[in-house]
This record gives sequence, C-alpha cells and structure tokens, in this order.
Amino acid sequence: MSAAPATAGRLRRRPRAARSTSGSGALGLGVATLWLSIIVLLPLAAVVAKSLDGGTGAFWDAVSSRQAVAALRFTVLISLAVAAINAVMGTVIAWVLVRDEFPGKRVINALIDLPFALPTIVAGITLLALYGPTSPVGINLAFKQSAVALALLFVTLPFVARAVQPVLIELDREMEQAAASLGASPVTIFRRIILPSLGPAILSGAALAFARAVGEFGSVVLISGNKPFDTQVSSVFIFKQIESDNTSGAAAVAVVLLAVSLLVLIGLRFVERWAVRHDR
Amino acid sequence: MIVSRRGTLGLRVIALGYLAVLLLIPVGVVLYRTLEPGLGEVWRSITTPAAVHAFWLTIELAAIAVPLTTAFGILTALVLVRGRVRGKRVIEAFIDLPFAVSPVVIGLALVLLYGRQGWFGPWLADHGIQIIFSVPGMVLATIFVCVPFVVREVAPVLREIGDEQEQAAATLGASRWQTFWRITMPAIRWGVAYGVVLSTARAIGEFGAVSVVSGKIAGETITLPLLVENRFNNFDLAGAYAASGLLAVIALGTLLAMTLLQRKGDSAT
Amino acid sequence: MISATAVTKHYGDFAALDDVSVDIESGSLTALLGPSGSGKSTLLRVIAGLETPDAGTVVLEGADVTNLPPQKRGIGFVFQHYAAFKHLSVRENVAFGLKVRKRPKAEIRAKVDELLGIVGLAGYQERYPSQLSGGQRQRMALARALAVEPRVLLLDEPFGALDANVRAELRAWLRRLHEEVHVTTVLVTHDQEEAMELADRIVVLNQGRIEQTGAPQEIYDAPANDFVMGFLGPVARLGGGLVRPHDLILAQHPTDGAIEAQVERVVHLGFEVRVELELAGDGELAAQLTRHEVDELELHEGDIVYVKPGGRVHPEGSALTAA
Repeated sequence: MSAAPATAGRLRRRPRAARSTSGSGALGLGVATLWLSIIVLLPLAAVVAKSLDGGTGAFWDAVSSRQAVAALRFTVLISLAVAAINAVMGTVIAWVLVRDEFPGKRVINALIDLPFALPTIVAGITLLALYGPTSPVGINLAFKQSAVALALLFVTLPFVARAVQPVLIELDREMEQAAASLGASPVTIFRRIILPSLGPAILSGAALAFARAVGEFGSVVLISGNKPFDTQVSSVFIFKQIESDNTSGAAAVAVVLLAVSLLVLIGLRFVERWAVRHDR
Repeated sequence: MIVSRRGTLGLRVIALGYLAVLLLIPVGVVLYRTLEPGLGEVWRSITTPAAVHAFWLTIELAAIAVPLTTAFGILTALVLVRGRVRGKRVIEAFIDLPFAVSPVVIGLALVLLYGRQGWFGPWLADHGIQIIFSVPGMVLATIFVCVPFVVREVAPVLREIGDEQEQAAATLGASRWQTFWRITMPAIRWGVAYGVVLSTARAIGEFGAVSVVSGKIAGETITLPLLVENRFNNFDLAGAYAASGLLAVIALGTLLAMTLLQRKGDSAT
Repeated sequence: MISATAVTKHYGDFAALDDVSVDIESGSLTALLGPSGSGKSTLLRVIAGLETPDAGTVVLEGADVTNLPPQKRGIGFVFQHYAAFKHLSVRENVAFGLKVRKRPKAEIRAKVDELLGIVGLAGYQERYPSQLSGGQRQRMALARALAVEPRVLLLDEPFGALDANVRAELRAWLRRLHEEVHVTTVLVTHDQEEAMELADRIVVLNQGRIEQTGAPQEIYDAPANDFVMGFLGPVARLGGGLVRPHDLILAQHPTDGAIEAQVERVVHLGFEVRVELELAGDGELAAQLTRHEVDELELHEGDIVYVKPGGRVHPEGSALTAA
C-alpha cells in the first residue's frame, strides 16, 4: 500500500512514535501530568507541608491529642466493620442479582447505584428521617455510634456489589458442575470454587469501601451529632479544627487519614497483581 | 442448580431485606415527608431566592468542572492506554487519589493553597483575585473530586478496542486529530457519556470540600447541598426536605441515565 | 450398565430429547454421535444429573438415580472446555474429589501421583492449569474424574477444543486408557471418525431422537436411513439410491447398468483422488478413487466415463431423513 508522501515522511521521522496515532506521546503526557499536578498533587502537598509547619513535634502533638486519637480510632474501627459487613452483604446482593430471577430485579439492580448518585448530605437526611428523632417506627439512632455505621453502610453499599457482579457473571459454570460431579455439596462448591474466584473482587470492593468510609463527611455530619470521644469521626474533627483556625492541627490529622487510605489502596494493587497470576 | 430452592429464596430475602432497610425504606420515607406539606409548599420552598441561587450555582459549578475534567480525562486515558512513554505509572498511581481523600481534606488543601495565608495568598491578594470563600475556589474543589471518573470509564474501553483501527486510519492518511475525532471518539463515546454522568452526579452532590471552601456566604456561595444543611440547622426541616427532594430527583435522573448508558455500552461491544 | 428410558427434555418449545431410550453395557465405550442440537450432550448431562429430564428414568447399575443430584451418582464428568479449577494446582485439582470425600492425606497423595503417571502428567503436580496446554488440561481433567473411581465416565466432546493433531493423539490415548482401566465410558462427539475409531457401540442421534444404535461397522455398512448414512460418511446420489463414493466404479466403456458422465475435475488429495462428474441426465456426482485406479484409467478433465455402483446401494427416502 502506498502511503501519501506526508504520512511516509511522518513515519520516517519518528519511527518509534509512529504507532501512537491519536494524540498521545510526550506532549500528551506532559499536559496530563501538569493538569494532575496542579489540580491534585499541589493541594495535597500543601496539606503535608502545613502539617509539618511547627516541626515534627507539633505534628505529633496534634495527632496524639486525646480527641484526635479517639476520633481516629473510632473512624478506623467503624470503617473496618462497615467494610466487612458490606463485603458479605455486597456478595449476597451480587449473587442474588446475577443468579436469581424475580420481578423488579432490573429496578433493584439500578437502585444499587443510588448511594453513588445521591449527594451525601441527602443521604444523611434520608437516614435521619427513618432512624432519627422523627422516626415513624420509633427507631431513634441519632447521635449514636450505630447511626454513623448506618450512614457509612449506606454510602459504601455499591462498592463490593458492583465489584463482584462482573466476576460472578464471567464465572465458568462448568467449574461448579465439575465440582458437583466430583461429589462436592453446594456449600463446599461455594467455599472452595466460587469464593476463591470472587476473593480478589470482594477485597477490592471492600478496600474501596474502607477508603471511602474513613473520609466520609456529608452523610455523617448531621446524624452523628459529632460528640467527641463518642461519635466524632476524623473528617468532622478536621472540619472543627479548620473552623477553629487550627489549620496545622487539621493538616496533621488529615495527613494521617490520607496515609491510612493510601495504604489500603496500595495494598489493593498488590492483591490485584496476585489475582492476575492465576487467571486465564 | 447449585443452591437449593430454599437457599435461593433465603438469599433473596436477606439481600432484599438489607436493601429495604438501608436504601428503599429510608428513600420512601423521605419522599413521603418531602411531599407531605403538598406540592405547592414544596414548590414555594425551592423557588425562594436563596434556593434558586443555590440551584444555579450548583449547576454552574458542574457546568465548568465536568467539561474540563472530561476533556482532560479523555486525554489522560489516551496517554495511559496508547502512550508509549515512560512516566505513565506516575499518572496511574495518582489518578485514583481523589477517591482516597476525604472531602474535608480537599477543602483544607485548597484553603492552604489559595487562602489569605496560603501559598498563593499574598500574590492573589495583590492582584485582587478571590478564590477561597468565592466561586473559583468551589470550582477547584469540584474539579478535584471529578478527576477520576471519565478516565476510569474511557481507559478500559480504549484498551478493549485496541489501536488497529487507528493504525488503519493513519495508513490511509488521517492526521492525529482526524483519527481521534473520526475513529477514536465514536468508539469511546458511551464510556465518555457514562463518565460524564458519574462526574456530573458527583459535582452536583459535592458537600464536604465545597463546605470548607465556600465560607457559606448567604446568597453567594451556597450550593444546593449546602442549602440543605443550612435549613436543617435552622430547624427548617420541611425546607431541608424540599431541597433534598430536588437533589434526589436529579440523582434519580442520573441513575436513569447511568442505567440506559450501561445498556448502550453493553450492546455496542 | 446404564439404562436411560423414555427420556424427554424440553427447553421452552424446543425439544432437546424426545422419548429417548438407550442401554449401555458395563465396561463398554459408547459414543453418542450426532450434529449440533441433536440432543447428545443433553442426554449425557441427564445421565450425569447435570440436567433433570421432564420425563423418563435413568438407572445406573440397577439403582434408579433419576432424582439424585450429580454428587451422589458416582459418575466422572469431563467437559469440552476442561472446567479446570484455575486457582488450584494440578495436584489439588486431581485431589479435589478425594478431599471432598475426606480420604486420608497419604492415600490422596498416592492416588494423585498414580493417576498423573497414568495420564502422562507425572511431575506436573505443582503447576497451575494456566501453565498447561489444552491437551494437558484435558488429561488433568480425566485424571481428576478418574480419581474418585467412578462407575461411569462421561465425556462431553472432550477433544473438541483441541488442535487436530492433539486430538488424534488423545483419541488413541483414550482408547488405550479405556483398555487399561475398563470403566463404562460414554463419549459425546459430532465427529463420526472419532466415534468410529473409539467406540464399541455408536448411538446416532438427530433432533432429539435416536436414529440407530450399533457397532461402528454395522452402522456404516447398514445405515437405517438416509440421515445415518449421510452423517457417517460421504454419500453420492445415483439413480434413486445412495452409494458411498468409494463404492463407485468408473470405466472408459459402457457397461451393464452404468450411467454416462463427463469428468469435470480431478482433484488429487494425497492418496485419494476425488473425481467430480457431471451426469448425462443432469446431476452431479463425486467419486472417490485411489491414485492407482485413476492412473490405470488415464482420466482427464472432459473425458466421458461410465459410472455404476460397485457396492451396496441404499434406496433413498427412508424414514426420518434429515432435511
């Protein structure tokens, strides 16, 4: 095939980049990096810098104050619990959505994404309507730790379900049939054949759910009542510090919170790499 | 076949029960409470000057943030998937960062950069530019949270379709821009659309970051979500519900768009 | 002994199996042969318990298993796409059925090693299925099925996903294995050559019904109807009957009962030669000759020859013909 002279010239001039045919290459990388740096990295760098404003001593003081520690402990523990609960429930929901049939399934499937689409503040108000002081069924969890759990369960609901669904759909049914033909009971089949295949997806969803939960603000701020040493989560603690103009203290706790999220997400990368090892 | 009939039913009950308790019934209750005072009252509540301003401000923020992040999202996806330069790993690592950062921290970060005592504070003051406690700051916050969405939706599509068609276009003489516009764009459009819907929903619903950055100046920097909190704290429960209802309707519209686009995306492959 | 009696299975309006009955002798290797959609896989899965029939019974060695799940039937099943447990090693795959039966570790270890030796995968214990070729995965699947000492071994197009030469190799290997191990084996295939090579008996299915059952040679030489004849080998239509192309005799001179034809094309296929003929009374025919025969006749394109059947002619239009 004879290429037009212009194309031939271009191909000759940049032999290696000839394959990148639609707008990538060094320029694209540069622009993308610049954009990311200004929008995302620079602000975060400012936080890290501010947290060390008074030196590591001040950082440590801010982070180890009784209130900060209490908030952090509560945040991490409740986020772990919520991630664990939604890991189980998300798997169950994904199972039912993929393997079961019932009227209205399509609607339910679409509604799973509601927590993603709904503003967090609206989520908070919604839960408050049913489980707060004006509850029509008399369940008042407002200002209790369980209320925080409820809000976090709501906003992290879709993570595991949506991570597991595609894997479940792709799952080779013949593996289950083979196991059945070899004598395994349904429970054994689930435990030994299905769960291992779903494992990485469940972990991935749970990790994202955890990362989201530790930083969650909007849905928690109204329903938790923000009681220090009780229902105060780190994000609200940080907010209060900002309001009190203690930005370096806020930044210090923010850095710790960031570190927790990042650690989980980095761990996730390793899990994903491990999972690919067996897949074919 | 693997689960017995009773087991199947049991799982269904558990799943639906959980969803009901956590999702469906609360939403139902809020809808009821919102409409309780009557549609007229609801309408009045969302057409107050404050509410109207909040609505348009929210739309404005989305209208700026979403196209910007979409454009750069497509570019970033192209670099990540088609680029043959080193350093993509860096971008890959940071693209998901907004998911890991608490909204409050985002707000704090922007204040530390562009606030009066921030890194650029003095320079901005000298030039009379107000970012924090003003709309530009809120735009930056909204952009921050929208960064990952389009990239994450477009990159897998790009990976899946492969670059053979683009190579063919090149051999036929198409310039890079022509190839992108005529070949790549049509192939990724449903991914882009889905990403746009997701980031729009996120932009409209953003609360924490905007809350810190806005200063909640009445009539100026209050978005719809901030209005909901405002009214709640002022014991105007009905007003809070009304504003929530509006946001919820938008959210349901988003859900609908998501569902339809997912189906489009599935049938296109 | 396997007895399937009056088995019927519908998927919506589609009848996968329609009142099918078949008896399979213990220790034999039986092939269920037929085109896609004939019901052969469905029948196999009904025997396995992976499908429940709408009507009919399945009896394995005297016990009625119709309502038993596959776990309890004592069968071994091998799938076309291997169904390997991807996250388990070869050893763990083969050991699976034994682990589920809670056999002692030492016994499992010994059995796995023995079976891997039999299937030619000795030394592959710690590999993973993703590291094996298709043929190796299928041999692993066989070892896995045999590990639990099934009374019946069921294979669903086991070589369908493999390359032609691997297929041929494994075919021969399976026959040898069967001679050694002697488990009642039922094999589903759409490849008539495979069925003829491997099976003691062939059951020919078409559109959910059994067309014929018998030993390979029986079915080939005395097909019950046009469908069976056409499915088991090439056919040529001559004078209102069906005849095998290699049973046609060509001559340069007219003979009694021969029909005039013109040679359209002479296609050399290695040892065999296909001679495409245009019949005088309109119609086309392909005869199969050896190179030797073609050389002797000195056939060229455009020659006029005289064709007559040298073997059995089966009158056309027997019952239950495929369209």
